Amino acid sequence: MSEAKKPITVEQLVDVYPAKVARKRQGSIILREPGSDQEIQANVRTIPGIITQRGCTYAGCKGVVLGPTRDIINLTHGPIGCGFYSWLTRRNQTRPGTEAGTDENFMTYCFSTDMQDSNIVFGGEKKLRQAIQEAYDIFHPKAIGVFATCPVGLIGDDIHAVAREMKEKFGDCNVFAFSCEGYKGVSQSAGHHIANNQLFKHVIGNGQKQVEGKFKINMLGEYNIGGDAFVIEDLLERCGITLLSSFSGNSSYEKFENSHMADLNAVMCHRSINYVADMMETKFGIPWIKVNFIGAKASAKSLRKIGEYFGDAELLARIETVIAEEMPKVDAALAEVLPKTKGKTTMLFVGGSRAHHYQELFTELGMKTLAAGYEFGHRDDYEGRKVLPDIKVDSDSRNIEELEVSPDPERYRLRMSDERKQVLASKGFLFKDYEGLMEEMDKGSLVIDDLSHHEMEVLIKSHKPDVFCAGIKEKYAVQKMGVPLKQLHSYDYGGPYAGFQGAINFYKDIAMIAGSRVWSLIGAPWEKGEALRAQYVRPEERSA
Amino acid sequence: MLLRHTTAEIKPREALTVNPAKTCQPIGALYAALGIHGCLPHSHGSQGCCSYHRSALTRHYKEPIMAGTSSFTEGSSVFGGQMNLVAAINNMFTIYDPEVIAIHTTCLSETIGDDIPQIVSKAAEEGKIPKGKCVIHANTPSYVGSHVTGFSAMCAQTLRQLAAPAQIKECRFNVIPGWVEPGDMREIKRLLKAMKLPFTLFPDTSDVLDAPQTGHHEMYPKGGTTIPAIRSMGAAERTFCLGEWASQAAGEALFKYCQVPFEVLDLPIGIRATDRFLSALTEYSGFTVPDSITDERGRLVDMITDMQQYLYGKRVALWGDPDWLIPLAEFLSDIDMKPVYIVSGTAGKSFDERLGKILGSVVPEAKFQNGERADMFLMHQWIKQEGVDLLIGNSYGKYIARDEDTPYVRMGFPIYDRVGHSYFPSVGYAGGMRLLEKILSVIMDKQDRDAPEESFELVM
Repeated sequence: MSEAKKPITVEQLVDVYPAKVARKRQGSIILREPGSDQEIQANVRTIPGIITQRGCTYAGCKGVVLGPTRDIINLTHGPIGCGFYSWLTRRNQTRPGTEAGTDENFMTYCFSTDMQDSNIVFGGEKKLRQAIQEAYDIFHPKAIGVFATCPVGLIGDDIHAVAREMKEKFGDCNVFAFSCEGYKGVSQSAGHHIANNQLFKHVIGNGQKQVEGKFKINMLGEYNIGGDAFVIEDLLERCGITLLSSFSGNSSYEKFENSHMADLNAVMCHRSINYVADMMETKFGIPWIKVNFIGAKASAKSLRKIGEYFGDAELLARIETVIAEEMPKVDAALAEVLPKTKGKTTMLFVGGSRAHHYQELFTELGMKTLAAGYEFGHRDDYEGRKVLPDIKVDSDSRNIEELEVSPDPERYRLRMSDERKQVLASKGFLFKDYEGLMEEMDKGSLVIDDLSHHEMEVLIKSHKPDVFCAGIKEKYAVQKMGVPLKQLHSYDYGGPYAGFQGAINFYKDIAMIAGSRVWSLIGAPWEKGEALRAQYVRPEERSA
Repeated sequence: MLLRHTTAEIKPREALTVNPAKTCQPIGALYAALGIHGCLPHSHGSQGCCSYHRSALTRHYKEPIMAGTSSFTEGSSVFGGQMNLVAAINNMFTIYDPEVIAIHTTCLSETIGDDIPQIVSKAAEEGKIPKGKCVIHANTPSYVGSHVTGFSAMCAQTLRQLAAPAQIKECRFNVIPGWVEPGDMREIKRLLKAMKLPFTLFPDTSDVLDAPQTGHHEMYPKGGTTIPAIRSMGAAERTFCLGEWASQAAGEALFKYCQVPFEVLDLPIGIRATDRFLSALTEYSGFTVPDSITDERGRLVDMITDMQQYLYGKRVALWGDPDWLIPLAEFLSDIDMKPVYIVSGTAGKSFDERLGKILGSVVPEAKFQNGERADMFLMHQWIKQEGVDLLIGNSYGKYIARDEDTPYVRMGFPIYDRVGHSYFPSVGYAGGMRLLEKILSVIMDKQDRDAPEESFELVM
């Protein structure tokens, strides 16, 4: 299936489009030429009617960032749909405590104000206030988050005022709101930013609970899909690293509140959480580094990077021990699957970091990435943070609040002297850096932002990749074309894929796809022109 | 416990919905539009609406769900979505070449008051609608009704905008199947064909959302009611609307604009509702029910009488949509079960009346509620007060089923975690047999699991 074909041109991808659309889409498609600074158009409006896979701001805010936190009541203020569709559909796993006070879990519930037409006409604040009261009376949560849907902003409900009022009224329940109306921004990405802002304003740093531990970190941008965060938690614990909070897989409100006492923020998904990382550095002095626990080598590298940051000999030794314990299992699993996967091809169009991170695993499997891109990435996720100063702020980004943050007079604490920072930097240790997806991509491969359905069909027909990686909306269209699709949002209900154990799981799952015989059943023999010979014995011969 | 905060104590709620037994109108409009051949549905709203609806329908059907979106931004929300919609119409016809685009609105475009017919005529004036192609639309604000009324609105509007009035009626009958599965639509067609009755079924998602694996992705699979067939529905003798909530409006539209009289019937779920459906067809058409169908009925009744002891007195909780809850409650009470708790987020006065009549004398203890806050949380609280032997509803019931260790049959929308619902019918006598098989299997599996070793039975 993976015979080398002449790569298609950018023009071939866009030639059916109306001229204006074709011009616009060309800016989001890059034929990779390593060594040259290639600028991609990203985080711009989707062209109406093109059939995009993108979602909205509400999905990014309520669904992605706040969804995985178990003990906040996430109350959707709007008509019923938005709350309904974001109810348990993202596979964020969580493990509540067993003691009273830590055993809350509202993730299995959907809370909504179910706005009716009278609320649209006369305003929804009264209903929202009442709904918050009822949620408090019935469930007694520590915190309630209110999420705005499209009509809320249009009719002018002041959700922040209602939240403030109810917070004061309760006294023992934090109430805060998110203006994450679906029409803001151009994709889920705006919702991540809004979620980051409100968490930073209303939750992070509220706590005073000291956690014992020599090496304290937060894991940012890890949402515990399929149990990924559990794997990472286990690795960190074995290394002797104390995880204060994840943002936001398997997280709790209290962990968020105390996360400002960490000494390092390790960032997984740069796109969705870099704002919190930056703001925590400015306010509390916590440096951040980019890590990646997708891929065995990347996991080892990330653990070593965390170790190097703390520079403690004992910690570094423990990290090496853990890696040495894990790698033989990884190598054995890889040796088993490589004959099935080596030389095969893939394409990845998903998320704002996964299309990059998962290339690590495919490289380990000996598979080539022919094309990749994000649904909601920005230029820095493709080209690296070096382009940040050059990114133009357009009208869609401008309406997302940029918080003014300054060092906290009491709680800002320098975690590392500039001297030591320089020593680390001289050894190639990068703080606050992300080199982006394009760096990973070979010459001649395609990098495409916000891939349309049409472009996807053209890519598949021209390249016939062995595995296509995307999400649920693409899944069955691609599979109807005879190409297996691996979902990298939901992992096709498998996983975890993070860390060493996750890598092994992924190898096996890809080998399962690559080695499956079911695809050969497509097409009846008579359709394929295969002569079927049946044995037929005449009755007279039978009796003879 | 998965739903660890649900207790038996019911506190009054006036504003808060918890674990809804409904979703919003646009997804129903999208599903109905997929029952038109060659149709590309379009969501006039933010990207998230379209993304959520496509994801939900894809998870339910495990099939491609194609739809466009107007991709509203803050600017279009302030200045109106005209530019976005005209561009979308042009792009979709140019790139994806559908026969028809079916636009539905959302809470966003309805709140700002976009005038869809005006925008569509502007697109037509600008030559953005190719000759021979058409654009239809339905208003489906998410803050009115539910997914069921959105389905109903798209059906009614399609007929209003496409069906052609005719002076001379033909010997042909329209059947509006309501929000049922492709396999149900296929089954209804099988029954009509068995009666040799000339008919048009609209919408028809069979051969669209249960398309075969061929190694090719068909943007527009072979199924769906064709535009000429929809146009000709104005010339039919009569319309049979299955389900008051999802189908009556379509019948009314055909009556109002094409003078085709209509009958509103229950979805043919269970014995008596199927009896009424076939009797009505016979009464108005003169065509008769063939023996093969009567035999199917007999087999279903036989199965019930054989297994009556496992059904008698069993308490059942159900949630979902009125159109199937009502005939299902009737079927369950016919087979000696007790539908004790029924909730639906979809409002409508006749829900109480109908269930009151069906259950009043046989299950006087039954609690049923619909509309706002008639949600799965309330139903679960009732269950906490007094348990049930069986749950019937969508995939969200699996959390209650596990917490309460209660046998559970999946039915309705959405079903995210099992297959079969799109292929095998729940309607007609054959559908009744399938439902009965499922109900008996889960109840008897539990009996097997819980039986002490000495009373573990081979023959049951």
